[in-house]
Amino acid sequence: MDSIPILKIGSALLVTIQVDMHDQLATQLQEDLTTRIVEHHARGVLIDISALEIVDSFIGRMLANIASVSRLLDADTVVVGMRPEVAITLVELGLGLPGVKTALNAERGLALIGGVARDEAAAGDGDDD
Amino acid sequence: MATTTETLAIVSGDDVVRVRQKVRVRATEAGLSLVDQTKLITAASELARNTLDYGKGGHADIMTVNDTARRGVRIVFRDQGPGIPDVALALTDGFTSGNGLGHGLGGARRLVDDFDIQTAVGQGTTVTIARWRK
Ligand SMILES: Nc1ncnc2c1ncn2[C@@H]1O[C@H](COP(=O)(O)OP(=O)(O)OP(=O)(O)O)[C@@H](O)[C@H]1O
Ligand SMILES: [Mg+2]
Repeated sequence: MDSIPILKIGSALLVTIQVDMHDQLATQLQEDLTTRIVEHHARGVLIDISALEIVDSFIGRMLANIASVSRLLDADTVVVGMRPEVAITLVELGLGLPGVKTALNAERGLALIGGVARDEAAAGDGDDD
Repeated sequence: MATTTETLAIVSGDDVVRVRQKVRVRATEAGLSLVDQTKLITAASELARNTLDYGKGGHADIMTVNDTARRGVRIVFRDQGPGIPDVALALTDGFTSGNGLGHGLGGARRLVDDFDIQTAVGQGTTVTIARWRK
């Protein structure tokens, strides 16, 4: 079964959602992310949803769950690249995505994540601690 | 006049994805704006998932409506599941009998132009939605 790749950028993790998510994939992503946050002492999780044509309450719940679990593990979650039409629809659906930060792109998202991630990203690389 | 109805079975999560894809094709063909397409597909996704999760599976009839007065897409979600005992409550944001957020049904209603729900306990649920080109 396919899974969604998780990349490490400094002390942050980057997930790019490119496929139309089905249930198992969503569940697996949540589990994989949790493991990787602990493994890498990640301070932040960036979820790039610029490829998603819609976000329904199922995906909304997944994003909110990832944010809650990450917070417990001391990592921030930033959703990046939400399309304007998706944002409009989410508001009408009544999903404000509590606890989920958003940014226009991955670069700004990285900047939103704690100082460590920002410094490392600015230095271009960083795995010296 | 409703033309070329396509019926899809909804028995798995993959079918929910398929419903979204078919609705997108129809919505594009009908000339809905990007925002309107997104709203219709999102509503369809919510209702297809309810059909799967609560209706124990069912069908979606997707049709393009093209008459002198208007053009758009209508979708009928039908199941023979347990039905909804209190429709007003089910439409209330935040109400869920499962572990959802309870925004699906009420949200879907806000996202479309036409919304109709017929349900009877023990017999099933039929939800009809439509979105028209402006
Ligand atoms: N097809 C159906 N058959 C039986 N009951 C249904 C059906 N659709 C919805 N319901 C009932 O209405 C409630 C509200 O549905 P709604 O979609 O608003 O929320 P949810 O599915 O519980 O959560 P969410 O959609 O936010 O993930 C459901 O919890 C369920 O009890
Ligand atoms: Mg629902």
